[in-house]
This record gives sequence, structure tokens and C-alpha cells, in this order.
Amino acid sequence: MWREWIPFWRPGLSPQSSDVDLLFTGLLIASALVLGLLFFLLALFCVRYRAGNQIDRGHRTSKSWHWEVSWTVASFICFLGLFVWGASVYFEMYRTPTDELVVFVVAKQWMWKTQHPGGQSEIDALHVPLRRPVRLVMASQDVIHSFYIPALRLKHDVVPGRYQDLELEIDKPGSYHLFCAEYCGTDHSGMIGEIVAMEPADFSRWLTQQAPSSPLADEGGALFRQLGCSGCHGKGSKVRAPPLEGLYGKPVPLSDGSSVVADDKYIRDSILLPRSQIVASYEPLMPSFAGKLSEDQLLRLVVYVKSLAGNRS
Amino acid sequence: MSEPNYLTTDYTLQSWFLTTDHKRIAILYFASLIFFFFIGGAAATAIRIELATPQADLVSSDVYNRLFTMHGIIMVWFFLIPSIPNTLGNFLVPLMIGARDLAFPRLNLMSWYIFMLGGCTTLFAILAGGIDTGWTFYTPFSTLYSNSYVIVAAAGVFIAGFSSILTGLNFIVTIHRLRAPGLTWYRLPLFLWSLYATSVILVLATPVLAVTLLLIATERFFGVGIFDPRIGGDPLLFQHLFWFYSHPAVYIMILPGMGVVNELVSCFSRKPVFGYKFVAWASLAIAAVGFLVWGHHMFVSGQSLIASLVFSFMSFVVAVPSAIKVFNWTATLHKGSIHFDAPMLYALAFIGLFTIGGLTGLFLACLAFDVHATDTYFVVAHFHYIMVGGMVTAYFGGLHYWWPKITGRLYSEYWARTAAVLIFFGFNLTFFPQFILGAEGMPRRYHVYPPEFQVWNVLSSGGAAILAVAYLLPMFYLGYSAFFGARAPANPWNAPGLEWQTSSPPPEENFETQPVVTREPYQYNEAFEAEPQNA
Repeated sequence: MWREWIPFWRPGLSPQSSDVDLLFTGLLIASALVLGLLFFLLALFCVRYRAGNQIDRGHRTSKSWHWEVSWTVASFICFLGLFVWGASVYFEMYRTPTDELVVFVVAKQWMWKTQHPGGQSEIDALHVPLRRPVRLVMASQDVIHSFYIPALRLKHDVVPGRYQDLELEIDKPGSYHLFCAEYCGTDHSGMIGEIVAMEPADFSRWLTQQAPSSPLADEGGALFRQLGCSGCHGKGSKVRAPPLEGLYGKPVPLSDGSSVVADDKYIRDSILLPRSQIVASYEPLMPSFAGKLSEDQLLRLVVYVKSLAGNRS
Repeated sequence: MSEPNYLTTDYTLQSWFLTTDHKRIAILYFASLIFFFFIGGAAATAIRIELATPQADLVSSDVYNRLFTMHGIIMVWFFLIPSIPNTLGNFLVPLMIGARDLAFPRLNLMSWYIFMLGGCTTLFAILAGGIDTGWTFYTPFSTLYSNSYVIVAAAGVFIAGFSSILTGLNFIVTIHRLRAPGLTWYRLPLFLWSLYATSVILVLATPVLAVTLLLIATERFFGVGIFDPRIGGDPLLFQHLFWFYSHPAVYIMILPGMGVVNELVSCFSRKPVFGYKFVAWASLAIAAVGFLVWGHHMFVSGQSLIASLVFSFMSFVVAVPSAIKVFNWTATLHKGSIHFDAPMLYALAFIGLFTIGGLTGLFLACLAFDVHATDTYFVVAHFHYIMVGGMVTAYFGGLHYWWPKITGRLYSEYWARTAAVLIFFGFNLTFFPQFILGAEGMPRRYHVYPPEFQVWNVLSSGGAAILAVAYLLPMFYLGYSAFFGARAPANPWNAPGLEWQTSSPPPEENFETQPVVTREPYQYNEAFEAEPQNA
């Protein structure tokens, strides 16, 4: 494999990481050519035109504009090529994930908590099946963290106050570093974990071996009743609140005439800032839950609402 | 012995601390910057010692975080930004344009006092317990989570910002209004074009930093939701504001270095700078486009993909004028008569190191690779190649070049060349391994790290030891020469610039008679055909 020939650069493990490696190789070659040419000229001139060396110094180039234009245009065209190449791979990496296997990631000072839909949760670790796109839904409980898997050449900041989607797919079984790449305080360098990629069969077995726990959606449902959400949004409620059954993934008409798709972020925002996006023809009655819920609880509620998508009211 | 000069007019403390002479103020800045450079350098040394092993052994994580924060804040705001502009710039701007002083001499002195006030405030924050936010003050960590002296440090930087603005303003007005008769814009030394571009950035960008720091204080003190999402703010707003200043600030830190290198390459090749107008306008192009690239610090932050696309494109565009400069310096050597005096060694080191720094900047501008490399040691290596390999090297080159003018003494050429070579090798040994660490995926700001990264860290720490010695050397031989060196002639390099047409050191009023300029700059031929006198 060509990648083995680049020193200090372990082979990529996913389709995108190979693209990034290829890009890196391209950048290295381009730089080597430029540096080689420049250092050759510097050395050549320094030797040939050293003071005291008897050599023809006549006919100096005085009209410089054609030189200037040529190297300006040449640099620009090279740069443009690198720009297009880098951008196309970037769009591939960060494309909006389709709804595949979802894992929730909550970052907090100084640990990663990952949660599978079945309720299995891990600290500073994430088990994923091989050759299957996994969609991470990431949230931060406090400051900005950054989810970084060097082996996959993949990184994304986890900014508090929003959900961040990231798709990962691993082709080779093994255990890989997970780093927090955004400085987050005292134990920043201790906020590391491992990503374990397993054969799908092993992964299913692993899931069943985890400590028994109820699926996130069930826990979300319990929370939904406990917090009193069901008092208004539940069936047979006297208060007129938008029904949540069949909501997820559908466009919601808003009172200002616009509409928004009910995704994770919309549901999260509606719990925390219910008055920012009022559903058309409803009164803004709902109290805010900002500051009353942890990211863990929030994502359970989101998963619960999502689980209602199939139940048409 | 010799006629009175600016150093010998008066010896009282008052004559120094209340001086309005730009040359003396340059010396005040110089002394202050050495002080800050060694504080920042001491922090860097402690960091490199700690990182020689993967475990925590020298300091705790809290102390480590304070060390790199202090290193960053001191080096960026109290060394790099003022380095060349406020010392060499202060000294040379009036001399190079044939003026008696800067346009606002008292403002110049005030600028130094404000700078020192800012510096002392920041030092107080460090002594009182330190700051652990990193020099970037990222929110919401800096506003609601950090228990360190964020506000005091931010106040120090805020205050020092006014010093930057005043200096920038002073240079702009001086270059516009006080040029000697006949000194048209295209006859200005390129050092002044780059300082002019720098000043424009100082005046336009620094207020944004001031506003940003005020907003941090507002959120910390009054809990007004600006950056923290829990109280309704947006953490990314801070990054936009911060980098809107701090990316142009990178050009504040490198443009003056490029300016110095123009002078050095031209002088020691005995030739005018190739493509004068292109190099001159390249400085202004960098200053202008530099305002439109800040988002390349945020490719993985969650900003929109389209924004990333635009910022990546602009970042490639801003690299073009830098490339133009490198090509022009190389072309300047062609058919020159090249002397390898110490300043020229620094200039050649600058060209090589800056080019590596610039090229790896393209790696980071390249979206997909940046996703992997951002916030790793690759970035650390990249900006140290620009800031230390570029700016600090140029600063040392300029310092050696104008040292005879500033002090009226000659330094030991042997030791100067030794230090230059030592700095070059020490620097590369320190920072090249960090590119490899970054490519391998080691995140920056890590106190402890997985053991597989140790080899490169040990190399880097070894290089840092050499670099530390190399940076101390000039202290000794330059310091010695300032008092015991041979007397320098007015024009030791046989250079045509106006600053060399007056005595060394210059008299308080700079020139006996008002100089009149009748020629293009860098005319090293004919009248200046003779070899440099001390080569």
C-alpha cells in the first residue's frame, strides 16, 4: 500500500481517512517541490553570487513584471487546486448523516459519556460495529470540547447549547484513541478514551452483555411523565399543546409563517426555549426547562419524542 | 571624543523616563521586551521540560495550564506584537524618512507607559495565581468555568491594546506627513511599507479585541448572557470576534519581520529589492485580505460549511502575496554580490523558516486536512515557524543590522554568526518534530500524553535546550559590545538608506541638516560599490 511508504503516517481506517491521507500526500509533494526549488535557487545564488566570486553580474533583470505575474498566477492556480481538493473531501466528511445507527455522546469536564439507543452507556469508550455508518449526536454539558479520533482523521467540536452530528465508519477492527482536542480546563489531557471497532456479530453480543438497562426512549418516557410534560402534551390533556406523536422528522408550521423540520435540535430547543419557535395556532404557554435538565436527561426526552414518530395520534 | 548623541545628551533617570525622543523610547521598549521575552521563554522552558516524559512529573495540570497560557499571552501581546514595530520601528521610522521625530512624540511616550501598565497588570495576574484559559480565552470556559485571574489578565491585554493603537496611529501619521523632501511613497524603504500595513491593522483590529474582552468581563461580572448558552449566549460568537482580531494580529506579528528582511537581503546582496512595487503592495494586500480569513480557525467548530468554504478560499488567497515576497527575495539574490554577515544569516534563515511555516499554513487552510490537524501540534509547529522562525529571527537580524546605529558600537561577528547558526538548528530541532506529532494526532495543550508520542517530544525538548542557549548568547555579546565594543562608523554596511547618512549613534535631532532625497531606495551600485567596511 502506498500509505505504508509515508513515514510516521499510519494507514487510515475509513473511506474518508484514506482521502485525507491522499490529500496530505499531495500537500507534502507540492510543498517538497516548492521547497526543493526554492532551496536549490537560494543555495545556487548564494554560492554563485557570493561576494568576491568573479562571475558575470551584468544584464540584471530590471523589468520584473512578467516574472511577478508568472509566479503570482502560478501560485494562485496551485493554491486553487489544493483548495478545491481539500473542500471536496471536507464536504464528504461532514455531509449530513443519514439516519443510521445512532449513538449519543455527552461531553463534560473531563469525560466522554456515550449512550447506545438500547440504554447501554459507556464512559471514555465507544464500541461500534465495523463497516457500518454510525451517526453520533453530540452535546456538551459545560464548555467546548472536541471529539477527535486521529486514526480516522476525524474531529468535531462539541459546543454547548447545540447538538452536533458526526458520521463515522470504521473498516478495520481494533481500538483507537479518542482525544478531547479543544482545551477544556484542568484535566483536558485526561479527557481521552478509546473507540473499539468490532465485527457486527461481536458488537451485538457485546451490547447484550452490558449491564441491563432500559432503552433510552423508555427512560425518556418516564422523565416525560415525571417532569409533568405529559400533563399538557399527553393524550386527553385539558391544556391545548401540540401533539408529539408523529412529530419527529416532519415539517412544523410556525406562528411567524415559516416552518421548520422537527429534528433533534428543534426538539431540544423547544424544551429549553419554548417561546423561540411557537407552533402556528398555539399559545406560548410552555415554561422553559433551561437550567433544569442535564444533557443526559435532554437527550432521553429527545429520543422519547423521536420514538413517538411512528405513533400517529 | 565624538559629538554628543542621543545617548549622551543627558544621563539622569528623568531624561529617560520623561523623554520624548523616539530613539530613547525605542530603548525603553527594547529593555521591557527583553524582560517579557525571558518571562515567556521561562514558561516555554518549563513546558518543554514537563513534556519530555509522557507523565506529569514537574508540575500539576493546573500549573501546566497556567504555564502555556502565560507563555502565549506574554509572547503574543507583550513581545511579538510590539517587538519590531515598537523597538526597531520606533527607532527607525523618523530616521528612514529624514524626520526629527515621530509625529506625536508625547503620545509615543504615553504609549510606552500604557504598554507597561498593561504588562504589569498581566504580570500581577500571573503572580496572583495565574490564568488557565489559554491565550485564546475561549468561552464559555473563560467566562463561567475558569477560577483563575481571567479578568485581570484580560484587563492587562485590554490596556496594552491602547498602546498598540497609539503606536499604529503615530506611524501612519508620521509616514504620511513627515517624509523628507523628495521622499515619495515609491522611494520609501520597504520596511516602512510593511510597518505602514502593520499600523493599519493595529488601528483597525485592536478595538475589536478590546470590545471582545469587555464582553467577557460583562459576562463574568454581571452574568449577562453573551457567550454562555445556558444564559442565552453563543460560544461561537466569541470565536468570531476573537479571531477577527487575532488573525490579523498574526500579520501584525509577521509583516514587520518581512520588512526587516527586505532591508537585509538588499543590503547584503548589494542590490535593490527585486520587484519593489510588488513587494510594497503585497504588504498592503496581506493587511487587507488578512481581515477576511478569521473563520479558518473554526473549520471544526460547527460553523456552516459554506462559511468554511469561503474562509478556506480566502486563506489560500492571502498566501499569494506572501509567496510573491519569498520569490522576490530569492530573485534579489540573483546576480548580487552576497555577503554572509550575521544579519544576512538571519535573513536567509527567515526565508527558509517562513516558507516552511507558510506552506504548512496552506495545509491548515486546506479544509479536509485541517479537520485532522487543527488543535494538534501541527498547528503549534506551524505558527512557531511563522512567529519564532519568522518574526523572532527577523527581529534578531534587524537588531544586529541596526545595532551599530543604535548603540554606536560593533558586536563580535564571530559570536553573532555562531548564535545565528545555533538558533537555526535549535529552532528546527524544537519545532520540526512537532509537525510529526501533530500529523500523528497529538492534541495541543496536553499535559500528559500517550507514550507513543514520547520520542518526538524528547527531540523537541532537546532542541528547546539548544534554542534557549542560542537566545541567551546575544544577551552576552551584544550586551558586552554596547559598552566595550569598537566604535561603529556612521555607515558600517555602506548602505544608502537615510538612517545611515547620520552619525552612529544619531544626534538627538537625528540629522544636522534636513536631508533631501533624490534617488530610488536601495541604490547599492556606483557610489556604494565599495565592500562593507567590516566584512
